[in-house]
Amino acid sequence: MATKLLIDAIRDTLFAEMRADDRIIVLGEDVGARGGVFRVTAGMIDEFGEERVIDTPLAESSIVGVAIGAAVHGLLPIAEIQFLDFIHPAMDQIMNEAAKIRYRSAGDFGCPLVIRAPYGGGVHGALYHSQSIEAIFTREPGLKVVAPVNPADAAGLLRSAIYDPDPVLFLEHKKAYRLIRDEVPENGHTVPIGKAKVVKEGSDVTIISYGMMLHESLAAAEALEAKGGSSVEVIDLRTLRPLDTETILASVSKTGKVVIVYEANKVGGVGAEVAALIAEEAFPYLDGPVMRVAAPEVPAIPFSPPLERAFLPNAETIGAALERLAAF
Amino acid sequence: MTHHDPGGVGTEARATAPTGLSDADLVRMYEFMALARALDERMWLLNRAGQAPFVISCQGHEAAQIGAAFALQPSKDVLVPYYRDLAMVLYFGVTPRDIMLSLLARRGDPASQGRQMPGHFGSRRHNILTTSSPVATQVLHATGVALAAKYRREDTVAWTCVGEGGTSEGDFHEALNFASIHRLPVVFFVENNGYAISVPQRKQMAIENVAARAAGYNMPGVTVDGTDPVAVYAAATEAVERARRGEGPSLIEAKVYRFTAHSSDDDDRTYRDPQELEAQRVRDPVARFRATLLEQGVLSEEQDAAIRSRITAQINDATEFAEQAPYPDPSELTLHVYGS
Ligand SMILES: Cc1ncc(C[n+]2csc(CCOP(=O)(O)OP(=O)(O)O)c2C)c(N)n1
Ligand SMILES: [Mg+2]
Repeated sequence: MATKLLIDAIRDTLFAEMRADDRIIVLGEDVGARGGVFRVTAGMIDEFGEERVIDTPLAESSIVGVAIGAAVHGLLPIAEIQFLDFIHPAMDQIMNEAAKIRYRSAGDFGCPLVIRAPYGGGVHGALYHSQSIEAIFTREPGLKVVAPVNPADAAGLLRSAIYDPDPVLFLEHKKAYRLIRDEVPENGHTVPIGKAKVVKEGSDVTIISYGMMLHESLAAAEALEAKGGSSVEVIDLRTLRPLDTETILASVSKTGKVVIVYEANKVGGVGAEVAALIAEEAFPYLDGPVMRVAAPEVPAIPFSPPLERAFLPNAETIGAALERLAAF
Repeated sequence: MTHHDPGGVGTEARATAPTGLSDADLVRMYEFMALARALDERMWLLNRAGQAPFVISCQGHEAAQIGAAFALQPSKDVLVPYYRDLAMVLYFGVTPRDIMLSLLARRGDPASQGRQMPGHFGSRRHNILTTSSPVATQVLHATGVALAAKYRREDTVAWTCVGEGGTSEGDFHEALNFASIHRLPVVFFVENNGYAISVPQRKQMAIENVAARAAGYNMPGVTVDGTDPVAVYAAATEAVERARRGEGPSLIEAKVYRFTAHSSDDDDRTYRDPQELEAQRVRDPVARFRATLLEQGVLSEEQDAAIRSRITAQINDATEFAEQAPYPDPSELTLHVYGS
């Protein structure tokens, strides 16, 4: 098995599926000669041509809206939004159209569309190149939202997303692109949408996370265990909608303590839903409060390094939460 | 249509009538352009030295911006810029020190106290609206500023800038439509450098001139050679006067060229033939204007040398000033979320 960076796992999967299925087209800003601003689609236009790799005008509503039209008419479009921060002009198309087409037509139409978007902070991207606004989408029935950070998971989930009958928002952490490397199976492996993964087993406390915060969580868990503290179980949600309630509840019932870690604003984030789920379904097993470590209630991540650092949770702030929880 | 050719336009749009610019004005125009260029070059130096994580440039746009700026009155007109408008904001009163504080994300950066990336201008004191990254959102704000100015019976013109790429967004079209219906005192200034990052104009729109978009909204649309500040000044003055007379908005397209990569995060060699860039060098607006002024005897070599050393001193001062400025304190993170 080859080891790959996250970005290469995504790119290789796109290439493999485009070779295998000519219904797939890619459209977005700078996806052609430039190969995308992060280079995920590098080389694609040379192999597949301008008909399948479309450099769009700078207009996100058209990227998603046209992709919807193509999806309902036999193609499997993969739309790229250059940064998740710039998805807003397409919101009507995503929320009122893609997410509702199946329901409003009582199943007569489906919308097999993938929207890829880099998200996340820690890259000096400032207010508008760092946002983690996934929770806007996870509240939307009709949409699926995945956020893999492990390269094999990204490859497997991308393949599932492409052939899923419904619209999938595929979130790629831009800091992880060239930072996270792991083994990736060849031969068309898939990872089912809606399945979380226990990435580290433990018995005293559960951390539930995703994206780059998964890696901060793992670091916090290892630091705590190295000090002889609690044994920590770490779960990567991978899919943010639908949530894998089974894996979440099984772990929390075992450990009785949980910290949910995410880099989006705390209020109304994915962690709020996970916490509510645990409170409703696992209350008898809890030995302490359901805790969240997330970003403060400021609108976005500032540019200046000290402010960016102060915004993002990290292994230390997660560790502090683990220690507070250990006291219960 | 192939790649747009700024050299192919503007002969008819070039100022023929007296522009009302004195020789001193022309020299002042040149000094602003040269300052913007030199400041921009310094920002790249700092980027390469690892001191500035991000740079976005005005190189190639200076003549368009300064020609436009001279048609405005910074004391009462409102500028709604985009990230390339370094030369324009300098004319409106932003200083090289301000720019360097923003570049290095230091406390005291008047645009955002280090919160925004460099190039995201804004200063109430200077009548420059705060700006974001999502392209073309500002075009609607300028329209709203004009709506309020008209309502308040002010003699204010709103001037907004956007790249040709941004004219594909719905917000751009909605702004033009709204402004034209209400005959608002706003000028839409498109700095057309032929690229939206890597995407050439022919993949962005099926028209040769962005100015053609004006017709769909029943407002004047002109294309000018954006490497000639005097031509831009003439077109801008006409649009501003029209707005002040209450006759409504105008669209001006200035054809320019982008002499740098899109930003310091870009590598333009992946999509732009270096020969194309080299061929455009003859149209470098700063070098050309300098040559014109020298040739016309408006500027002397000695004057030019004095201007250049003044600029270098200003930029050295600004760089040192910003390097010594502190970063914001982490406690400032939560300030200014709400006003009360
Ligand atoms: C809504 C939105 N989508 C995408 C981007 C990313 N982006 C930043 S600048 C740019 C290209 C802009 O091109 P143009 O408007 O021609 O201006 P130029 O940079 O050429 O001056 C893109 C795609 C953005 N900032 N906002
Ligand atoms: Mg452009």
